[in-house]
Amino acid sequence: MKLVIAIIQPYRLDEVKKELYAAQVNLITVSEVLGHGRQVGVDEFYRGVKETGNLLRKVRLEIAVNEDFVEPTVKAIIKGARTGKIGDGKIFIMDLPRCIRIRTGEEGSKAIG
Amino acid sequence: MGTNPINAGDTAWVLTSAALVLAMTAPGLALFYGGMARRKNVLSILMQCFMCLAIVSVLWVVYGYSLAFGKGSGFLEPYIGGLQWFMLKGVSISAPNPDYGATVPHQAYMIFQCMFAVITPALVVGSFAERVKFPAFVLFTVLWLTFVYCPIAHMVWSTDGLAGHTWGALDFAGGTVVHMNAGMAGLITALYLGRRVGTNKPGMHNVPFVMIGASLLWFGWFGFNAGSAVAANGLATSAFVVTNTATAAAAISWALMEWVLAGKPTMVGAASGAVAGLVAITPASGFVDVGGSLWIGFLVSVFCYIMVAYVKPKFGYDDTLDAFGVHFTGGLWGALATGLFAVKAINPNGSGFFDGNPGQLLTQAKAALLTAVWCGVGTWIICLVVDKTIGMRATQEDEVSGLDLSQHHERAYTILD
Repeated sequence: MKLVIAIIQPYRLDEVKKELYAAQVNLITVSEVLGHGRQVGVDEFYRGVKETGNLLRKVRLEIAVNEDFVEPTVKAIIKGARTGKIGDGKIFIMDLPRCIRIRTGEEGSKAIG
Repeated sequence: MGTNPINAGDTAWVLTSAALVLAMTAPGLALFYGGMARRKNVLSILMQCFMCLAIVSVLWVVYGYSLAFGKGSGFLEPYIGGLQWFMLKGVSISAPNPDYGATVPHQAYMIFQCMFAVITPALVVGSFAERVKFPAFVLFTVLWLTFVYCPIAHMVWSTDGLAGHTWGALDFAGGTVVHMNAGMAGLITALYLGRRVGTNKPGMHNVPFVMIGASLLWFGWFGFNAGSAVAANGLATSAFVVTNTATAAAAISWALMEWVLAGKPTMVGAASGAVAGLVAITPASGFVDVGGSLWIGFLVSVFCYIMVAYVKPKFGYDDTLDAFGVHFTGGLWGALATGLFAVKAINPNGSGFFDGNPGQLLTQAKAALLTAVWCGVGTWIICLVVDKTIGMRATQEDEVSGLDLSQHHERAYTILD
């Protein structure tokens, strides 16, 4: 099992969700974060007014998936979030040793859904 | 010893009313609309309402008041005034104009009317919200004020206007001039621009703003309606009372409709109902009594709710914040209801269907039709002019990023500091 973490431009969220649903990935957590890449946000001016020094608004997605869903998820995120401009974001893939569904107590691949 | 026609009480009330009506635009309407929009567009709404206040205030004193209320000449006389009052030349600060507020300085009446001219284009913002470029909004506002608002104000309210003077239509505070006018313009711009990218519903990002805005509108509207008596007297009092009553009835009515038809009464629904009531009582406020105002208030929410909840989704036009559904519909009902419920006992100048004067209803309908047609055609032409010269709609990327960032390089809310 893997945990896919993606940092994307906030205004691409709707597109990314659309692509994920189309790839049968229906479980997702979304949060608002601040951050910047190597260019320190300089080239993104109109897409992200600076705050707290040089941090820009981003959206973070967390999606827990079974192994065979890793590639479709990554492809869907890239398809929805890529614009070709600086600031498109990053995807991180972490190992996920355990996953539990709170309601039923199920574990492992079944719990990922 | 000559008698000074200026009455201190009347003047104080008119000036106060002007300030109250200003508060209706900023922050009342700004917050009411801003709260209903998506977070990424809230500043664009606030900016457009605020700049309506700024832009129209300047245009009004330069030429707007003259075009709207000045005496016209030749064959244009019933439709538009002249430029005799350019830069308020001849508009006195100490003497009244006998036709426009016989007991207050002429400029007091002028500045009071200025605030009506300010809020009308601001209402249109609600229809084209979230997709118009800022320069296009500025150009649209300038053209619309000049070629749609001023003529209609002249036709309904001036002493030689076609609808008011010649036909005898009754519009105490602007059911046609302000609300039907803005609502129709809203529909036309919504149809011209097409739907927003990806959505057809209001974002509703800050419902407390919507409530604060609606409450400020209710508060300021006493200036709008009771101030239109242009005197601190019984008529102003009556207008004040029926305004409150109709609005309250409409808020209850909308909440009830929502409760029955949609499951629960909501804050946005109650606020929308109140605004609908304020709109509908506007033309009637100086002509109807409490009984009439209850009818007007209870029924306006029925009509507007149907427009917003059933007609709009069925036809699919993206009147983003329901300027057409509430202001045109409410204004139309109010204009016709004035023809039904006006009673001589309240105002000797107005008598309606139930007061033994059935012809008034037809006159009201004529004035409503004139407003709708002039506004509809004029607004469409203005949209074409703006679009073909500087382009009206924001690019898709600008719209999806949010107008606050793309048009103003500004963000409404911070996360950390």
